[in-house]
Amino acid sequence: MAAYILRRMISTIAVMAMVGIFIFLLLRLSPGDPAAIIAGDTATPQMIADIRKQLGLNDPLPVQFLHWALSILGGDFGTSIFTGRPVLLLISQRLEATISLSILTMIFSVVTGVAFGMLAAWRVGGLVDRALAAFAALGFSVPVFVVGYFLIYWLAISARWLPVQGYRSIDHGVGPWLVHLILPTVALSFPYIAYIARITRASMLEVLSEDYMRTAAAKGASSYSMLFHHALKNAGVPILTVIGISFAYLISGVVITETVFNIPGVGRLVVDAINNRDYPIIQGVLILASGLYVLINLAVDLAYTLIDPRIRY
Amino acid sequence: MALLIILALAAPLYAGDPLNMDPFKRLHPPSAEMWFGSDNLGRDVFARTMLGARISLMVGLMSAASAAFGGLLIGVIAGYNRSFDNVAMRIMDGLMAIPTILLAIALISVTGAGIGILILAITVPSIPSVARLVRSVVLSVRTRPYVEAALCGGARLPKVLWRHILPSTIPPLMVQSANVCASAILTEAGLSFLGVGVPTEIPSWGNMISSSSLYLGVAPFTVFAPGICLVITVLAVNLLGDGLRDLFDPRSKGRAYHATRNHRR
Repeated sequence: MAAYILRRMISTIAVMAMVGIFIFLLLRLSPGDPAAIIAGDTATPQMIADIRKQLGLNDPLPVQFLHWALSILGGDFGTSIFTGRPVLLLISQRLEATISLSILTMIFSVVTGVAFGMLAAWRVGGLVDRALAAFAALGFSVPVFVVGYFLIYWLAISARWLPVQGYRSIDHGVGPWLVHLILPTVALSFPYIAYIARITRASMLEVLSEDYMRTAAAKGASSYSMLFHHALKNAGVPILTVIGISFAYLISGVVITETVFNIPGVGRLVVDAINNRDYPIIQGVLILASGLYVLINLAVDLAYTLIDPRIRY
Repeated sequence: MALLIILALAAPLYAGDPLNMDPFKRLHPPSAEMWFGSDNLGRDVFARTMLGARISLMVGLMSAASAAFGGLLIGVIAGYNRSFDNVAMRIMDGLMAIPTILLAIALISVTGAGIGILILAITVPSIPSVARLVRSVVLSVRTRPYVEAALCGGARLPKVLWRHILPSTIPPLMVQSANVCASAILTEAGLSFLGVGVPTEIPSWGNMISSSSLYLGVAPFTVFAPGICLVITVLAVNLLGDGLRDLFDPRSKGRAYHATRNHRR
């Protein structure tokens, strides 16, 4: 077990190193001299040369990479070209909105998806099951901005039940915070509900056909106890995997959702950074998002043993 | 699906001028003259939507084709060469860890927007899933008796790869390509929506939705027309992929049936 965890950690570090090399090469080999960008339009060639030297741009690439990787590991993500403030500070200011949206979306998707999938597996071929098949096909095909604008038009502009856009910090109270996040959460959840529900249905069906389920039924266990105590627990591993993967894919959806609903989160920070060609911000968000993905996958792998004691490494 | 492609290819023949502005017909509701109404600059939304289909389908098909080709190449070599396998799969792991949209944004932000770079930015994150799939098929096929027989019989490795191994990778590859195509269309629309995809002077569904969203309250059809077309297109490609899977692997349906039967008993 300890050996497995160690091996898993080492491969995690390897993947992160790979990610680091990608991001470094992507931004360093791009056309356009970073020194010239930092110096601005009015710089003299001498100023650009000084900045090149100061940034270490004349060193060979591997040396540059090491310097870069060490400063990242030390928590120094550089400063924004546009505002001149540290990238890490700018990101941390935007984290609250993004984390709120991500966590609410995940909770909503898992609860709805698992319930939907279990209902479908309970009565295979029934109304819920067929509804799930249709919903899943649609859920994978509807982009978040189309659902988002549809919900805004229907519930916010026509019915006036919910605010159209914007975000209120949780400091202003849970009520306004939640009200502003309902539409973005529902819009962003669609593909994840479809995905989680489909996997839940499939793994429940697999478990329900096992011999011990027949034994449980023969013993006279109620269908509630069968579904929740026996089946859901055993179907847990694939469901957990899917939740891990969904969480990792969430960040792409978050970028678009924050633009649709005008939420000042990390996604908006990136979109604004593109327009200002603010590479340090793009680089910082890329590294943090990829690091989060790798860590979540590691956590999911290690959580298997907790949920299913039959898995031993 | 076929209907969509024909509609898209024939768009210039029947659709009006998508760039023609008519300041007196701004934000008109749908009418006999302009089926989907007009946008904030008085442009015909129907014409723009039909031309947007060309961009979406082109980007989707090109990305799927190049991801399938790149993934096939890497997957086959990785399935047969252990040292290449180790290096390639670590690179694939790293690529998979970077969120698709962010990777595409970073690529486009350093090179500038354009359709070619857009296709590249969508293709690169799609390659790992294809490469892994092809590799796993190659690994399982290479120990089959007919492959070993061919090698023992003196056939050269490239010929064995081409004649005996490649054909078995094609069915799963086609299914995966349909999935990649669907998600490529979604990613293109998403990037254009964010303003980093197709340049704004070319009508695409993503940038139409983005530019019309300010007028959602007065002219919802300018947002919903391209939105609904996008959903129908992606749905069609996804259903095509599901159909291909059922066609190539009848067991996937049979297994579900089997499980059902046991459960009912």
